[in-house]
Order: sequence, then C-alpha cells, then structure tokens
Amino acid sequence: MSNRSVVVVGGGIAGIQASIDLANMGFRVYLVEQTPSIGGRMAQLDKTFPTNDCSMCILAPKMIECAGHENVELLTYSELAEVRGTEDDFKVTVRRKPRYVDLTRCTGCGDCTEKCPRRVPDEFNVGLGKRKAIYLPFPQAVPRKVTIDEEACLYLTKGRCRVCEEVCQAGAIDFEQQEEILELEVGALLLATGFDPFDPASLEEYGYGKIENVITGLEYERLICASGPTGGHLERPSDGKVPGAVAFIQCVGSRDVNYKPYCSSVCCMHATKEAILANEHYPDLKSFIFYTDMRAVGKQFQEYIIRARDEYDVSYVRSRPGKITVDEETSNPIVWYDETVYSEAGDPVRRVTSLEVDLVVLCQALVPHTDHQEMAQKLGLELDESGFIAIEDRLFHPVDTSVAGVFACGFCQGPQDIPDSVIQASAAAARVAEILSLEDRELEHA
Amino acid sequence: MPKTRVGVFVCHCGNNIGGVVRVPEVVEYARTLPNVACVEDNLYTCSEEGLSSIREQIAEHGLNRVVVASCTPRTHEPLFREACEQAGLNKYLFEFVNIREHCSWVHMHDPAMATQKAKELVRMGVAKARFLEPQEEFESSVFPAALVIGGGVAGMTAALGLANQGIQVHLVERDQELGGLIREVRTLFPAGQATEEVLQPLAEQVRNHRQITVHLGSEVEDVGGFIGDFDVAVKADGQVNNLKVGAVIVATGAEELKPTGLYRYSELGNVVTQLEFEERFKRGADVPRDVVIINCVGARIPERTYCGRFCCTTAIKNAIWIKEREPEASVFVLHRDVMAYGVQIEESYRRAMELGVRFLRYDPENPPQILGDGRAEAVRVQHQLMGKEIVLPAELVVLTTPLVARDDNPRLSKMLKVPLGGEGFFLEAHLKLRPIEFSTDGVYVCGSARYPANIPESVSQAYASAAKASIPIREGVVRAEAITALCDERTCSACGNCVEVCPFGAVELQEGRFGRTAQVNPAQCKGCGCCVAACPSGAMQQSGFNDRQLLSMIGALAEEMTGGVGE
Ligand SMILES: Cc1cc2nc3c(=O)[nH]c(=O)nc-3n(C[C@H](O)[C@H](O)[C@H](O)COP(=O)(O)OP(=O)(O)OC[C@H]3O[C@@H](n4cnc5c(N)ncnc54)[C@H](O)[C@@H]3O)c2cc1C
Ligand SMILES: Cc1cc2nc3c(=O)[nH]c(=O)nc-3n(C[C@H](O)[C@H](O)[C@H](O)COP(=O)(O)OP(=O)(O)OC[C@H]3O[C@@H](n4cnc5c(N)ncnc54)[C@H](O)[C@@H]3O)c2cc1C
Ligand code: SF4
Ligand code: SF4
Repeated sequence: MSNRSVVVVGGGIAGIQASIDLANMGFRVYLVEQTPSIGGRMAQLDKTFPTNDCSMCILAPKMIECAGHENVELLTYSELAEVRGTEDDFKVTVRRKPRYVDLTRCTGCGDCTEKCPRRVPDEFNVGLGKRKAIYLPFPQAVPRKVTIDEEACLYLTKGRCRVCEEVCQAGAIDFEQQEEILELEVGALLLATGFDPFDPASLEEYGYGKIENVITGLEYERLICASGPTGGHLERPSDGKVPGAVAFIQCVGSRDVNYKPYCSSVCCMHATKEAILANEHYPDLKSFIFYTDMRAVGKQFQEYIIRARDEYDVSYVRSRPGKITVDEETSNPIVWYDETVYSEAGDPVRRVTSLEVDLVVLCQALVPHTDHQEMAQKLGLELDESGFIAIEDRLFHPVDTSVAGVFACGFCQGPQDIPDSVIQASAAAARVAEILSLEDRELEHA
Repeated sequence: MPKTRVGVFVCHCGNNIGGVVRVPEVVEYARTLPNVACVEDNLYTCSEEGLSSIREQIAEHGLNRVVVASCTPRTHEPLFREACEQAGLNKYLFEFVNIREHCSWVHMHDPAMATQKAKELVRMGVAKARFLEPQEEFESSVFPAALVIGGGVAGMTAALGLANQGIQVHLVERDQELGGLIREVRTLFPAGQATEEVLQPLAEQVRNHRQITVHLGSEVEDVGGFIGDFDVAVKADGQVNNLKVGAVIVATGAEELKPTGLYRYSELGNVVTQLEFEERFKRGADVPRDVVIINCVGARIPERTYCGRFCCTTAIKNAIWIKEREPEASVFVLHRDVMAYGVQIEESYRRAMELGVRFLRYDPENPPQILGDGRAEAVRVQHQLMGKEIVLPAELVVLTTPLVARDDNPRLSKMLKVPLGGEGFFLEAHLKLRPIEFSTDGVYVCGSARYPANIPESVSQAYASAAKASIPIREGVVRAEAITALCDERTCSACGNCVEVCPFGAVELQEGRFGRTAQVNPAQCKGCGCCVAACPSGAMQQSGFNDRQLLSMIGALAEEMTGGVGE
C-alpha cells in the first residue's frame, strides 16, 4: 500500500484547489504556506476577468472549504526545510515559524491589532497602506488568526510594549512561542508557489519609483478594490485626485530579451479589466492601453475586449512607449511613443508623439516566486531558462517535474491565469492519485 | 408533538458585534419572544466554551430549536450545526441570525439602529425556528465505472487517468481509430516530434489497459440517470449496448473551420488550411518557396468573435518548419495579433523571426487579397507601418482558421442535460473556478470540446476531469443536499415551469398518484429554489425555506411595525 499523504507547497488558488481535490479523493494533505494566510495573489485582486466576479467573493468559499476539510492540515507561516527520499516515500521537514499567537485560542477579533502602536508597510496592499505589528493580513484571512511580525514588534525588537497581551481577552498571545519542526512522511509533493511581480524600477525610462503617478498593475488592483487602502477610490498617489485619463503600458519587462523574454500571459487581460473597472467607477474616465499584441486567447476574452472598447471607452494603442516623463506642475505623466499604424489622414511617416495622462499603470512582468530557486535546489528540481519549474514532457505530462513524485501546477510552472491554474491544480491531483493508487504498479509500465 | 423550546445565543464576537450592538439589550429582548426557553450571550459563541454551552443548554432546557445570532453563516453555520448534532438535535433545527454583517458592520456609526435591527432579526429568526423541521440528507451509491466520450488526446488521457486509479472506463469513439484531430497533424509543437511517434504509444497504452474498454465506431445514443447512476446506450453497427457508469466525461473535441468563400478557398487549389498543409507534408510534398500565411481567417470577426487560441502557434510552427527545410523560402505571416502567450510559444515566435519569417499586421477592415487566375500567384496587403500596399509572391497560401464546435454538440448537450455557450462549445459551471465541471453533477468536459486548446492544455484538462470524476467513484457514495425542493402533488398543475427553470435538470413531469405532476430528484436538486419561485400554484416548496417558515418571518417583522402583538 502506498503512502497516502501529500505535501502541497503554496496556498494560492492552485494550491488550494489541488488540496481540495486530493482531500476529496481521500488523501491526507499538508498544505504548506509561507505567509500567515492562504489565498495567494488572487486574494489581492479586485475583480477577475472576463466576467468581473469579485475575486475575494469567489475565493473565500474555496479557502474555507479547503481549511475546513477533514483531510487537510493547514501549515501556514511555514516553509519546507528539507526533502529526502523518492516517489512514494518522501521525508519532508517543515519549519513552522513562530507567530507568537496561540492558534487554538485566538479568535481573530482584532482587539490587539487596534491597540498595537507599531505601524509598518502593508504587504497585502503592496505597501500602499500600513498594517500593525500584530495583524490579520486581510479581513477574510484563513486561518482567521493574527500573527506578530517579529521584525516589527516593539517588544520583540526593543523589549518593551506587550500591549496586545494585555488587551487579548482570549489569552492568545504567547511571546515564548518557538519555531517548530515537523517531520512528514508523504508519497508525493505538489508545488504551487506562484509568482512575484517584477520590479519595474530597472526600466528607468518608465520612471517607476521616481514619477509618483506611475504605479504597477498590482498596486492598481489594491487601489480600485473596496477593501484596499483607499476604500476603492481611485486616488492617484501625488495628490489623491481621481484621474480622468489613465494609460496602461503592457509588456513592462515581459517579451524583452533584456529582462524577461517570455510573455506573462495575463497582463493584456488584467489591464483590460482594470480599464473597465475604472470606467465603471468613473464613467468619464478614459483609458489607453499601449500594447504590442493584445493577447486575449481565452474563453470570452475577445468579447471582453470588444466590450471594453465599445462600452467602457478604452482605446487600444498599438505601440511600445519609449519613455515616460512628467509635467512638474501637474504631476501628470507624459507617455512618449511611436505611431505604428499609418493613419490615412496623417502623413505616411511614423511619428513620435506623446499623450499626457493623470495616471500610468505599468503592467509589469510576472516572475517565479523569489524563494523558488532555493526550493528547487532542496528538491533537486530543474528550472527552465526563465526560472519556472521545468516540465519535461509538456505534451503528455504537463504537470510532471524532473523529479518523480513531484508535480507542479499554476504560475510556478509557467505564466497562466486563474482558470488554467485551477485546471492544472486538478490535473496535478489526478497525477498524484494515479501514482499513489496503483496497487499493481506494473500497470504503469504496461 | 413536544412543545417548541427555542434557545437563543447572542455573540459579542469580541468587539466586532459587541462594540456596536448593545448585546445585553438584545438578550433581554429575546427573552420576551414566544417559545424562547433560554437566552445567553457569549464573548465568542464559536469558541470551545461557547459551543459546549450550546450543548449544555440543549440538555438542561430540553431545547428543540437553536438560534445563534452572530457573525456569518458562511464560515460558522457548520460549526453551530455540529454542536446541535453532538447534543442529539437534528442540525436542520438550527437557525442563523447574522448580526455582524447585517448590523454591527453596516451600521457601525449608529449603535441604536444597529441594536434595533439586531432585535428585529432575532425576532424573525425565532419565528422561523419555531417552524423548522428535521431533515435527512439523501445518500446514494456510485457505480464504480466511468464513460469517456471521444478518443482524441483528451479522451485517451482522461481514460488513462481514471484507469490508472483502478477505475473501470468505457471509451466511446465514433471513428474506427483513436487519436482524433492530431492524426492529421504532421509534427507537434512544442518539441517537434512526428505525431505518430507520440500518438501510437499513447493509443497502445489505452487499448492494452485492462481497465479500459474501447468502443470504436460507436456513438452514445442515450444517457439517463444522474451522478453515480447513469444508464448509457452505446450504438455500434446498429447494435445497442447498455452500460452503467457513475460519471461521464465529454471529450468530443472540435474541428478545423473550412473557410468556404474566404480568400478564394476551394476555388484555388493552392489556397489551403493549416490542417491541409500539415497533411500534405506528412505525405512528403516538395517544400514551397514562397508562402503567405493568413491568420484569423473566420476568427475574431463579428459572426465568430472568439480567438482560436492556438492557431497562431500552428502558423508559427509551420512557418518555422518551412524555413528550416528551405532557408531561402520567403514566408510571410499576415496577422492581427500574434497570440504567442507564455514561455514556449513566445520563444518560437522569436525563433521564427530569427529564421527570417516576416510577420506583418493587417487590418481586418482592409484584408489581404489573393491575386491570380486559376491559382494563387500573389497576395496584396496594406502595410501598416509603411502606409502603402505591397504585393507578396505566393506559391502557396495557407489560411489559419480556428477550431469550431462540432455539429452534434447540441444533441449531446440535450442528452447529458449540460449547456452550450454562444460559440457552440460546452459551457462549464464557472469560467474561473469550475472550468471543467458542469452544474449537473457527475458530468465533466475536457479538451477542445470546451474551447480550442492545444495538447498540453487538453491533457491538463483531461487529467483534471479524471480527478473530478474519480472523487465520487472513490468515495462510493454521493450525499445530496437536504435542503431540496419538494412538490405537493395535490396542488401541482403540471405546467412544467419548474422543469424549464431548473439549472440542474432535477425536475421532471411524471405520472404519479395524482396524475401527471412535477417530481424532484433529491439526488440532483441543489436547493437553489428557482422552481419554487417559478411555481404559479404554490405546489413547489423548499424544505428549510417553505412558505410557512418564510411567512412567519415576514409576519414577525410586520407585527411590530403595524403595532400588532406577538402570538
Ligand atoms: C495585477 C494582476 C491582475 C490579475 N488579474 C487576474 C484576473 O482578473 N483573472 C485571472 O484569471 N488572473 C488574474 N491574474 C493572474 C492570477 O493572479 C494568477 O493566475 C494566479 O494568482 C496564479 O495562482 P497560483 O496559485 O499559481 O499562484 P499565487 O497566487 O502566486 O500563489 C502562490 C502561493 O504560494 C506561496 N508560496 C510561494 N513560495 C512558497 C514557498 N517556498 N513555501 C510556501 N509557500 C510559498 C505564496 O505565498 C502564495 O500564497 C492577475 C495577476 C496580476 C499580477
Ligand atoms: C492544424 C492543426 C495543428 C495543430 N498542431 C498542434 C501542435 O503542434 N501541438 C499541439 O499541442 N496542438 C496542436 N493542435 C491542437 C490539437 O489538435 C488539439 O489540442 C487536440 O486535437 C485536442 O484534442 P481533443 O481530444 O480535445 O479533441 P479531438 O482531437 O478533436 O478528438 C475528439 C475525438 O472525439 C471523437 N468524437 C467526436 N464526437 C463524438 C461523439 N459524439 N461520440 C463519440 N466520439 C466522438 C472524434 O472522432 C475525435 O476522435 C493542432 C490543431 C490543428 C487544427
Ligand atoms: S508587543 Fe506591542 S508592538 Fe508587539 S504586537 Fe504587541 S502591542 Fe504590538
Ligand atoms: S490564435 Fe487564431 S484566431 Fe487567435 S489571433 Fe491567432 S490566428 Fe487569430
């Protein structure tokens, strides 16, 4: 009888879906998530293309289903420390970081957060807001338990405060908590470690970090989201003014041999979504999307583009801007670009032209998670040239990695949107079931 | 009937509720409501302390209904129901009142009104609770076999995915051979192997697997039943074979659009589709020197708005193939956008450009034109960058067309009670989170039957559908919702509205004791309530939300407003 437990690494939508499927198939699942809550990037999105469902509203029930499943053990705020063994017989060491909060006692009421005097940048809001040193990453976090950030906490860094301990009526604060080491024996591993946004500051011509009203796609998602730092009001950074014109720049760092040669796959669509949302919030707002190819290849995607153009005042401009400057007086960014489509009215020479807008959104490349290389090393996994987890036989084993018994799904093995990540997650679950179900292992080689 | 004894538990949720709603006031108020036998407040009703208190009060006061006024049923209802069950009370005798989201959160700045509203909601909850009835969950067994319709790469992979889990599979393929569309494809993106090299071993594995029965030259004639218990009639050579399965996977693929009437296709012999091009060179024809490929033929147009997703990839693949064999050849790809998404496709797009393939954007308003008599000799196109027309010599013109839905999808869709989308492909339950499931349980879809997909995507979907189909089969039983619709046969007028509106195909008109009436199959009903709303006779009722229960809530709300007194 093979080992019927599985470690899933990464609690984004891919890891969550894979865990639910495996658990429903009767496997014991350990879901290892680095941050205090599962949810991944999808939790940070406002709405989702192409139907504009609210991201959190469709994600939260999945998170709850996953965490509440009798076959799933959530190991949040945890990481893989070591992996030994081979398919069907892996020994996995998981390091559970101290949260300084007793999970069995914390009710997530938030009294401590309210009283905590220490504020630090909020990573959930991509630094656009502040959170406390003791915090719930976002209101729908699962588990709904607070965590003390040991690098920010006044008591843990300076030895004085403990206010949270005083106010916690449940007696959940535990400053003595230590790192915990768990030894798991599992038959397979499933990786779903997702992506990080590429920092567009290295493309100096776009002025990110220098021009205040140049922001990234992920920042924009938080700004337009009702649960975000501005309560869903699209306030531009320099003066809080609601923009009248927004420019989206596609392929920032993507499809560029100097940075990331590949196409990040989701940005044409998320820019379109973000432009639609802006116009829904402010009917006079006009968006310009500067693109090279409008890659809208999924089900209902072309129709979404048509709607954006016809109903939401979105203009698609085929050009890759060379530069963004700023009007010092108004703080308005100015986008400089080549006209690439010959217009019959104009002269038949391409011209460099410019467009002044109130806000620029850089749709930055999305790259494999930063810690991903280290994890790959621990597992002896091969990565492809761009750093994604390598898949040996893309055609017929699209979720099998270079190590037998280790599978990968979602963004960590190549850029893809939510539906594709969900599909791969279920596919990876099926592969695990296949290899661990084979009572008669001859069959595989038949 | 024992006397109705309601217990009410009001939660402070730390400060979440208690910081706004004056909980003690709500507690005192609840004591005055009819049939209420005990009321208490908890700092956290969901804590172990709160839950054990529910259990204790049920025993101590002989409670037979429980109302909790707290945060949200979404996360907490199962918890409180479980506590009731542990104390021996049927869990459907529990009622949730949401005084966090409906009171303290939305009326954060008006504690008095929030408190007033909390009282009213509690009054309504108690009124409904008095009429709650115990419910039983319906359980049925699952036949341990699956049906896969279609033997292309998706169908074969789904069959193997299930069979390798030890599940019996029937694979029904209309043709005399397994393989589907790619049998005609020459070499495969991304690695460039000859199709036979990979297709043959896969088909072999399927044919030789002892858990898989392959039905070639066969079609599914009829499907009846529901998850766990489908009856399938498979027809081959005029013979009908009856099968029983627990789950069904649709993998019937799609076909390449033949662009009759576009770009003089079928008029000129050297204007071919991508698939025809691939077939031709499988048979070893001479590689042409001047080739013009036109993309988006019959796609992304008003009549057919969707994008074929991977047809750009096919164009790139074939352009590279020509250039690798005939480096001097002139190969132009006329396109609207090059859909080279992800890592591998973008890489091959770049490689095509390095090899000298020229990509030129055309305007659909002013499409390319095929020049020549009797055969295509050149293609005229508006060069958008130069702003003038250019003429490209063409020995061969290849039209890139999208996959289109198969003609008999409507028939299959009716048979399986699953919907089709506007483009004619099968329509999944939810575009994002349930991409290969249908709202009808036990039926799944994969491959290009769902939407054009390349092999890696089709295979992923196939494995995913195998995962979903294996769940009920591995479990052996399916448990259905207890909150289902129920038809009162005496008042049913058999108008059939309910049959029409049910998204799950759970209602049918059948002969019964009172003649022809609507019957709900509890195994299929999800308790959405559509039929209840559609019923003009009031015959359709939903357990847990029947007229008496809902009217009692409305009555409880209205009685105070109109100054009336409680019962
Ligand atoms: C601005 C923007 C907008 C978008 N909008 C849409 C949209 O509208 N619709 C759509 O379909 N897609 C959209 N996407 C894409 C979508 O976000 C991804 O497809 C999806 O999040 C991928 O899910 P995942 O689970 O693979 O990865 P992630 O969501 O990145 O989740 C990975 C998880 O793994 C954890 N993790 C990483 N490394 C480790 C480790 N070593 N150990 C433990 N845990 C680890 C991370 O903390 C994280 O929780 C958008 C993306 C961006 C950037
Ligand atoms: C020109 C061209 C080139 C391509 N090149 C590549 C490539 O290089 N790489 C790549 O990854 N992809 C390529 N593709 C895509 C590839 O063909 C599809 O991914 C693949 O065919 C999808 O497989 P499927 O099983 O979903 O559907 P299909 O291959 O269409 O198989 C469906 C099967 O179901 C059967 N069927 C249909 N209806 C019924 C019914 N009612 N009852 C019983 N059986 C039924 C059919 O006979 C068929 O055998 C190419 C496509 C085209 C058109
Ligand atoms: S010790 Fe102070 S700073 Fe640290 S979490 Fe508690 S209240 Fe916040
Ligand atoms: S994938 Fe097909 S339909 Fe889509 S853009 Fe390319 S050729 Fe046109």
